[in-house]
Order: sequence, then structure tokens, then C-alpha cells
Amino acid sequence: MKEFTPAPDSPSIVSVTDRVMPVALGMAVTSAHFLANRAAFVGGEENVALVDAKGEISKVAVHSGGILSTASDGKRLVMGGDDGKVVALDAKGEVTLLATDPKRRWIDAVALHADGAFAWSAGKTAFVKSGKLEEKSIEVPSTVGGLAFAPKGLRLAIAHYNGATLWFPNMAATAEFLPWAGSHLGVTFSPDNKFLVTTMHEPALHGWRLADNRHMRMTGYPGRVRSMSWSAGGKALATSGADTVILWPFASKDGPMGKEPAMLAPLSARVSVVACHPKNDILAAGYSDGTVLMVRLEDGAEILVRRNGTEPVAALAWNAKGTLLAFADENGDGGLLEL
Amino acid sequence: MSEATSPKIPVTVLTGYLGAGKTTLLNRILSENHGKKYAVIVNEFGEIGIDNDLIIGADEEVFEMNNGCICCTVRGDLVRIMDGLMKRKGKFDAIIVETTGLADPAPVAQTFFVDEDVQKNARLDAVVTVADAKWLSDRLKDAPEAKNQIAFADVIVLNKTDLVTRPELAEVEARIRCINPYAKLHRTERCSVALADVLDRGAFDLDRILDIEPDFLEADDHDHDHDHHHHDGHDHHHHHDHGHGLKHYHDEEMQSLSLKTDKPLDPNVFMPWLQNLVQMEGQKILRSKGILAFHDDDDRYVFQGVHMMLEGNHQRKWKDGEPRESRLIFIGRELPEEAIRKGFESCIVS
Repeated sequence: MKEFTPAPDSPSIVSVTDRVMPVALGMAVTSAHFLANRAAFVGGEENVALVDAKGEISKVAVHSGGILSTASDGKRLVMGGDDGKVVALDAKGEVTLLATDPKRRWIDAVALHADGAFAWSAGKTAFVKSGKLEEKSIEVPSTVGGLAFAPKGLRLAIAHYNGATLWFPNMAATAEFLPWAGSHLGVTFSPDNKFLVTTMHEPALHGWRLADNRHMRMTGYPGRVRSMSWSAGGKALATSGADTVILWPFASKDGPMGKEPAMLAPLSARVSVVACHPKNDILAAGYSDGTVLMVRLEDGAEILVRRNGTEPVAALAWNAKGTLLAFADENGDGGLLEL
Repeated sequence: MSEATSPKIPVTVLTGYLGAGKTTLLNRILSENHGKKYAVIVNEFGEIGIDNDLIIGADEEVFEMNNGCICCTVRGDLVRIMDGLMKRKGKFDAIIVETTGLADPAPVAQTFFVDEDVQKNARLDAVVTVADAKWLSDRLKDAPEAKNQIAFADVIVLNKTDLVTRPELAEVEARIRCINPYAKLHRTERCSVALADVLDRGAFDLDRILDIEPDFLEADDHDHDHDHHHHDGHDHHHHHDHGHGLKHYHDEEMQSLSLKTDKPLDPNVFMPWLQNLVQMEGQKILRSKGILAFHDDDDRYVFQGVHMMLEGNHQRKWKDGEPRESRLIFIGRELPEEAIRKGFESCIVS
């Protein structure tokens, strides 16, 4: 992409800030996604703001309280709320109620499978609903921190205290437990289905190679990792939590075992959110001072998308084609950039 | 020390042994006409029902931190709940965390020290312990949890005083005081205590750490509607023989230790000593606080700690005429008193 070639005599960082269409969402934002060609900014409570390419905002009420968890496959957004409900929002802006916790417990985590199955958790219990099959559930030893579907088969990873549980909801076999001391909060499978990685309460990631359950400790962060994103093709895992983007290599069969991560785009602010481009080796990074950068993975070349001086960036998303980047800070000041 | 851009939400931790009256106090706080909204984190739904407030059920999941220290525990459920609550900032003014009757308050307090995200958004205001005047003396003998809750408290609501005789009340107070002489103590019936006495206390605020004097040596804060006696004529710094028929108890296990000097301390000796002390004895030390006068330093240094966790800062300039004294207190079980005293003395610049 020609945009990522800084002019050789350029005195400072290349900027595309003048090409950003600002979007004032007027609500606290916690994440962003794309539903077809509209950006969906998820609010801290009640609403999702759908924004089209012209910058037109339409707000959709999805929960009657805080929105605690979100997952998207590009076609719909599944969310869990502190109202005890799991709801879906589709590209047309229509809301469907998927499940209600009978005790109105918080829906702490949700996950969405490529085939349309979805999962949610309340307390120590994780639930899966797949097609017309009956809802299934599993209880883990402590409150669920995060959920993720494996890229192949109907298999759910459940992060919790002292490890992660791997569960095939449609099989009778007992779930597999991957132990590692500490509190595991977020969880993701590598796109090649070979590795499972969790974010921990302490500033670290933990990984398992699923073939032999070998451990991968990924430490050294100054702060807790809240955002992870797989690069195009799953060759690397980009993470927040430091004052540079930390990029762990996953291209080889050993993953990051015995390897150092790449550190890209250093600033004197903490990376708060990362989003890898869906097709090219580029990522977008948001920082605690409001900066948004596009970074080329190969050499760390940077392009400025948004200047610093605001609340931390809370949301970043690429559309499926990789032609639009959406971002917003915690206060809901955001933008759309067309490439 | 400057306040962050958005003010931190105060968190009150409400503890107390089974049946002491926690729920009564909670309902009193919530139903009073104070114009504030609370987010209340409880263990049992159903006992309280105030529509205006956010009530969140918790599971009291105590997690060990992955740092090899067995006293570094946090409430995992609180980390998660705080995370969720922060999505609704502006919808409530304060948070109250009710613990179960058998809970140790330390993991709750430590959650607010250790977790970066929690710390960014909320501040621990005080640990308020509700105690049953009739049964506390017995519980202190047979329930280590009850003792922990008294030792940990910044505010003690001594409830059900109408169910005991005056000598019994004096005895239970004396037992409380031998464990924790520093907490503010309020005698109540049916938890009728002024909200200002339990909320917004700033007990963990380094700038307000001044409440380091034993409560019962100060003016008769808790005596107003009872026999109004004065301590005048007594030497307030001798902890034995208070008179007034107040017996002095010595709890074999849990006690407080106070250290004081008007000579300056050497920060290069004191800091490593304190760090090492809480590293070695952190399991025994429940709470610690100090105001320190360092050699060649015009600023007061203040610190506080929960078990092994310490936080401290230069607070402000010593005022003209203000005595440059250093004072430390430790509350804990089986404190190695002699070793602590000797260690402290070795920090004094000779």
C-alpha cells in the first residue's frame, strides 16, 4: 500500500489526520466493530452507535444497563449486559434477544462462532447455543474471565482462575483443563488452531501449544494486557499493555517459545488497544494519550491517524476488506479513515 | 499525590461477624435521604431492596497474586465487578462492598492497592466493621475472623448496646481497644450511626493519615450520649491504668504496636528496614501507618500498608512550629515487638 511508504526526505512522521472523518458519538465507548459497511461503536451502557461512510450516526438501544462483553463476526454483534441479557445486533440495526439469565446475573463474557453458534457466561457457568440444538452449559471452578471459540469444530475455551478449560459442547467427553496459576481473563485461539493464549490479571500473557500443552510465558509488560489481535494469517499476536506494541511471533511451530517479541511504535504513552489489518501486515494502535497510529509490521514505519491529548483510545476496528479504520476514545470522540 | 482528572469513586468496605448487623447498617445507609446513589456489592441478593441503587451479587473469590507471596491475595470477583461498573461511571457516587461474616477484609483492601485499573478509578475509603456488643467478646475468643475484622477496621460500629449492661459494654470496648486502639468507635442500637461517621472517611487517604492517635485518647468522640467523663488529669501516653474502671486486656494474639521518636530518621536506613519488615512479617502485620520526619528533609513523609503492600509519599512541608516527630503504628498478630522496636531505633540518626 502506497500510503505506507514515508517520503524519504520526510522531516517527521507521516500524517493522515486531515483525511479522518471525525465522529462525535456523545457517549462513552468501549469497543468498535464493523457490521457490513457500517462501523458499530459499542457504548459503555445501553447503546450501540452505527456509523455509515458518510458519518451518519444512528443509535440502537441494546441493553437496559451496562454492556459488559461484545463479540462480532462482521455480520452481527453479540453482547452481554449487566441486565442479564444476551442480545444480537445485525447489520440492519435490528436487535434480537438471544438469552436471559434466569437470576439476572451479569453476562461477563460472550463469544461468537463462524457457523453462528454463540457462547456466554454468568458467574462460573459458560453456556453454548448452536443452531437448533438445545442450550448446553458447563461449570468451571471459578468465575469465567473470557470465552473463545476454536477456529475449527465446535470447541470453546473458557478462561478462569488457575487456567483454562477446553470444552466440546457436543461431545460427551469431559472437558480438558489447562492449568496455570493465576487469574486468566481474556482468551484467544491462534487462527491455525495450534495455540491458545490468555491475558492474565497480572501483566502477562500465558500460552499453551495445544498439540502437547507446552507452556509459553509471555511476560515483561508494565500493565495489564487488555487488547490482543492476530495479524493477517496469524503469523503474530499484537498486544497492548506496554508503551510499544508488543508483537509475539507465532509463525513457527514453536510459536514464541524462546523468542523475543518485536516492539513497535514506541511512544511515551501506554498502548491501550490494537487491531491488525485483516489482509496486510499492518496494524492500528491506540494509546492512553489518545494517539492512533498505523504501523507496518515489517519495519515499524508509522503513520499518524490521530494526535494525542485526549482520553485513552478505547476502540479500534478495520472493516473486512481493510479499507476503513474506525476508532474512538473513551469519551466517544472518534473517527473513520478511508484508505 | 495530585488528584487525577476524574475524581476517584470512594469505596467503603463493610465487614462484621455473622449477625452483628451489617445488613441493618447497609439498609440504613441506603434508605437515608442523602441524595446519593450507591453501587452495592453484596453476597446475598434479596436482603436489601432499594430500587434506586445498583445491587451487584458477588462470589468472594479470593485469588493469590502470582508473585509467590501467600498474603498477597485479591478479590478476583471485585476486579471484574469494578471493571463492569466503570462502564457506568456517573451513574453512582460511591461503592459499598459488603463482605460475608467470615471474610478476611485484607483481600478486599489489597484489591485496591494491587490492581492498576481498579486503583485508577476508585479509592478505598474505609473499612467499617459492625460488631455485636453482646457476642463480640465470645467471638474474639473463638473466631479468628472476628478478630481480623476488628484489627482491620478504620471505623467500628459497636451495635446492640441496648442488649448489654454498662460493665459488659466497658469490657467489650476494652477488648476491642486492646486489638485496635486507632479505629473510630461508635456505640449504636440498631446501627443508628450518622452516615458521616461511616462514609467518606478518607481512612486510606495518605493526606488524612493523621488519625494515627489512638481514638480513646482523644476527646470523647464516642461518649456523647453516655456518661460523659473526661480524661483530664491523666497522662494520655501511658496505655496502662486508664482509670474509669476500664480494664486493660492483653490479647495474646492480636495487638497493636506504636512507635514514636522526635529525632530524625535516616531514610536510607528506614526504607529498607520497613520494606524488609513487611516482606518478612507481612503475614502477621495486618495494617501499618506512619508519619515520618526524615533527616535533612523539610517534607513530611506518610505511608500506609496492608500486609506486604506499602504505599507512601512525601505529603507536604512540615509547618513552622510543628514538632517533627515520626510516628508508626502496626496492627497485627504475634508481632515481634522487640525486634520491631530495635529495628526502628536503628533508623534514628544518631
